Amino acid sequence: MNSILKIVAQRLALGIFTLFVISLVIFLGVEALPGDLAEAVLGRSALPETVAAFRRELRLDLPMHIRYIEWLTAFVQGDLGNSLANGREISELIGVRLANTLFLALFAASIAVPVAVGLGILAALYRETWFDKSISMVTLSTISVPEFFIGYIMIAFLAVQTNIFPSISNITWEMPFFDRLYASALPAITLTFVVMAHMMRMTRAAIVNLLMSPYIEMATLKGLPRWRVILMHAFPNALSPIINVIIINLAFLVVGVVVVEVVFVYPGLGQLLVDSVSSRDLPVVQASCLIFAATYVLLNLTADILSIVTNPRMLHPK
Amino acid sequence: MFSNFLKELKNAPFAAQLGVFIIIVYLIAAIFAPLIAPYAETEIIGDVWEEMSSKSWLGTDQIGRDLFTRLIYGARNTISIAFVTTILSFFIGICGGFMAAVIGGWIDQGMSRFVDIMMSIPILIFALMILSVLGTSTPVLIGVIAVLDSTRVYRLSRAVAMDVVVMDFVEAAKLRGENTWYLMSREVLPNTLAPLVAEFGLRFCFVFLFISSLSFLGLGIQPPTADWGSMVRENSGAITFGILTPLVPAAAIAILTIGVNLVVDWFLHKTAGIKDS
Repeated sequence: MNSILKIVAQRLALGIFTLFVISLVIFLGVEALPGDLAEAVLGRSALPETVAAFRRELRLDLPMHIRYIEWLTAFVQGDLGNSLANGREISELIGVRLANTLFLALFAASIAVPVAVGLGILAALYRETWFDKSISMVTLSTISVPEFFIGYIMIAFLAVQTNIFPSISNITWEMPFFDRLYASALPAITLTFVVMAHMMRMTRAAIVNLLMSPYIEMATLKGLPRWRVILMHAFPNALSPIINVIIINLAFLVVGVVVVEVVFVYPGLGQLLVDSVSSRDLPVVQASCLIFAATYVLLNLTADILSIVTNPRMLHPK
Repeated sequence: MFSNFLKELKNAPFAAQLGVFIIIVYLIAAIFAPLIAPYAETEIIGDVWEEMSSKSWLGTDQIGRDLFTRLIYGARNTISIAFVTTILSFFIGICGGFMAAVIGGWIDQGMSRFVDIMMSIPILIFALMILSVLGTSTPVLIGVIAVLDSTRVYRLSRAVAMDVVVMDFVEAAKLRGENTWYLMSREVLPNTLAPLVAEFGLRFCFVFLFISSLSFLGLGIQPPTADWGSMVRENSGAITFGILTPLVPAAAIAILTIGVNLVVDWFLHKTAGIKDS
């Protein structure tokens, strides 16, 4: 048991270190701007006094390492600074949008995970049949297709031609829960298609790999019923890779949201990030990048730790 | 060489032949764009979102340019930018990976840990971050994506080179006193070519899709240059009027990626005999 704790602690430390480096990269990225933020925002024709005043306001006159520490401590305490575009507080700007994005990601995950794992297991059990082959064809093509293509096909056929769903997901938190689900159905289905292929293929590979191992053959030869072989012998060992696949794909989902949100004009964090990149509103870009990257790293870290904890070989060391 | 390839192709499975056919059609469109396209790249020939007609095969776009012409020029711009980016990414990645494998020691450790951390940041977020600082011009786009993507190439080339550097002939070359560059280019590279070529196809697909997504977000290739990703974005309004032509450039992206994937699959089968489980 001790060795597991040690490995988990190591992973945690590595994860925290990675987060720290990411924050440093994001901070230094803006520092690398030719000139500095004040010149970039005010333009070349600004008076030197204006630039100096703006620098003082943004505290750009302080040395770099002090600003980094101030920025990070403020960030951890939830104070993200002000937007350059409209001077509003970033935390207020991001709060609702982050909630919207997480809502969409969870909605998509709640469809994608059961369907993908189910299809993956079925494809592995009935491998090399027409069922397996047709599923593998469909997933191969959804992997090679850009997200916005799937999104616009959904809009063209499910929204414009047949009028089943709205083509623009304009959601607010005042709407009743089911109205919100209905309004965000199309982006959620699109995201499902985007992540399902990968999740399904990896589930299938994990199970196939397992079913070919000698101890499963032994169990079958021993005369155990098939359900018992799968539930008691194969499943515990398959759990760890499947959990891993699911969480890695959730991480992928949180980032994949960016393009899909733009397609459906969904008021989420991804849309905000893209808008801020075009208007070069750097504090907002910094804050949303840090949130996206941190979510991604934390989910991957969870996947790592869960796959260690659920691995039977790790739980019962020799 | 070429007749050999034709002979191979004749015996190839249908999927691979289809893939090669798709790639050739795209290459012809890209190389001979000015000869094939009926109009000039940015010429305005009619009204907004005109229907398909004999005058313009796919109709017109949001400011009345011929969509078919834009599609042909788009092949040229999008494919060439993705291709240059992939080449640059491979150059950086292979140099780094081989150097890590040949020299080893703390250089290997340092570069590998650095790449680990780079890879733990999602590439889209990283790219958006850098593009917001440096602005969106084509050279910046190529440079940023090549550097970010080279971390993946580094991983693979280091792994395959590791298997080669322990061989006796590399040891012999080292004892002969050959320098690092010789070891990398004359001893390691020829023996790692097959997996790297296959990876090139896959990375090209990824880079191509990635650039298209950025262009779709309005942060990649900038107008008035014709490009498939931005064409979808500019014309997406037409979809709400029931016009399906904006889907054509998106489909063009999808078909090329599928084609390249089919060829890479065939190539992997042939060179390594990798079988599906």
